Amino acid sequence: MPRFLSLIRIDEQALPANTEFPPEFGERMGALMEEITKAGVMLDTAGLLPTSEGTRVTWSGGKLSYTDGPFTETKEVVGGYALLQAKDKAEALEWTKRFLEIHPEEWTVGAELRQIDGG
Amino acid sequence: MSATQAVETVFRIESARIIAAVARIVRDVGIAEEIAQDALVAALEQWPESGVPDKPGAWLMATAKHRAIDLVRRKETYARKLAEVGRTLEDVPPPAEPAAPDDIDDDLLRLIFTACHPVLATEARIALTLRLMGGLTTQEIARAFLAPEPTVAQRIVRAKRALAKAGVPFEVPYGADREQRLSSVLEVIYLIFNEGYSATAGDDLVRPALCEDALRLARVLAALMPKEPEVHGLAALLEFQASRIPARTGPDGEPVLLADQNRSRWNRMLIHRGALAMRDAGSGPYSVQAAIAGCHAEAVRYEDTDWVTIATLYGRLVELVPSPVVELNRAVAVSMAEGPQAALPLVDALAGEPALRTYHLLPSVRGDLLERLGRREEARAEFERAASLTHNARERDLLLGRAARV
Repeated sequence: MPRFLSLIRIDEQALPANTEFPPEFGERMGALMEEITKAGVMLDTAGLLPTSEGTRVTWSGGKLSYTDGPFTETKEVVGGYALLQAKDKAEALEWTKRFLEIHPEEWTVGAELRQIDGG
Repeated sequence: MSATQAVETVFRIESARIIAAVARIVRDVGIAEEIAQDALVAALEQWPESGVPDKPGAWLMATAKHRAIDLVRRKETYARKLAEVGRTLEDVPPPAEPAAPDDIDDDLLRLIFTACHPVLATEARIALTLRLMGGLTTQEIARAFLAPEPTVAQRIVRAKRALAKAGVPFEVPYGADREQRLSSVLEVIYLIFNEGYSATAGDDLVRPALCEDALRLARVLAALMPKEPEVHGLAALLEFQASRIPARTGPDGEPVLLADQNRSRWNRMLIHRGALAMRDAGSGPYSVQAAIAGCHAEAVRYEDTDWVTIATLYGRLVELVPSPVVELNRAVAVSMAEGPQAALPLVDALAGEPALRTYHLLPSVRGDLLERLGRREEARAEFERAASLTHNARERDLLLGRAARV
């Protein structure tokens, strides 16, 4: 049963500061998380702090360089992840679709589903 | 994704829940499975025309429940008409209203407890659980268990019939037999895992996939029964065991012993999940086995293994589930914690055990102890004896190699 990493991508700049989650969104998310856990599919998931808290470390030409966030040059940054185990990609996609569908309509959220090598 | 693919994917995700919800209405898992299949067929006929509905899972569930309620009503009408001519059928419960999420959980638990009911032989419990809860096809189960497909199909049909014939109620047992019924469920999941685990050496990928199926069942059960320590114990045990799968075989598929495994290939995420599940585990046999597996998982190098704790845990396990195999494992742990001299009497005490008469690990362990004690001739004889007892060709090579090197 392959494992998949779903990288949740958001446009940080399009989100107003201190975005208030509508309460019913939290409830919908809680219910979905419970359902996906009880299906034995969810292995791990978390949201990430904004890129303003992040640092990129690059190894290039034999030198290390550090770049502190926010990372404004990329429109969409990883805002969270979910680690899923499903029978095949179609099944993982179905859960990903359900995850995206519960978000408020005015939001733009993307999920990049990648299969884990050898997992 | 085509509509057909969408139907099949959604059905696979939802089938256990649908079968469970329908079984509560019709009180028969065999009929419930047929009705769930009917709903799938209806979707396959309608969705390519009408498009996939917004909530395909809910559509399948509602369609299946409607059919179930219709069937019950027809049975009631039939019973009433029979009664009018002076005959009676058994009481049929009134159809239930649509379920809240918690009801679905209860339905799923009822389904797994029914599939693992003691009126069924172990093989039938395994096949039925994989079919109804795991969503495996009969063909997949047959391949995984190296059995002919018609045999497995028959097994499943007979199991459903046996449940109906015995009038097994569709319920989660509370009261006196709950513990025993739960251990039957845990045992079925454990056996499914072991079937896959013992087959991980080989090029057949379907059999090892059973480990994943069992692990998923254990995770589902832990989510459905969060207050049962032994359920978490089983989940932890399987997470730890599964974490070692990538390291258990060498490049040519030969088995690699725990001591020789490349621990960097152990799956850290599964070890982490095992440790999390341990927090809710208890002191029953699966929890103790999980604690042992956890000790191995925590050791970054083989030399770091906490054999003293492992020997103590095996001592506890022997008290919980006395068995010569567990006693043999305890002897190995004692030999690592206190030395081969301390362990030899424990192994020698098992010499007369009928259950171990053809068990290759007994002479294999004894050979290992004798070798460490410098009794080389005796050790060689034990390794050769072990090689003659094993059914696994790769293991035989390993043992003959040890005999030659003593």
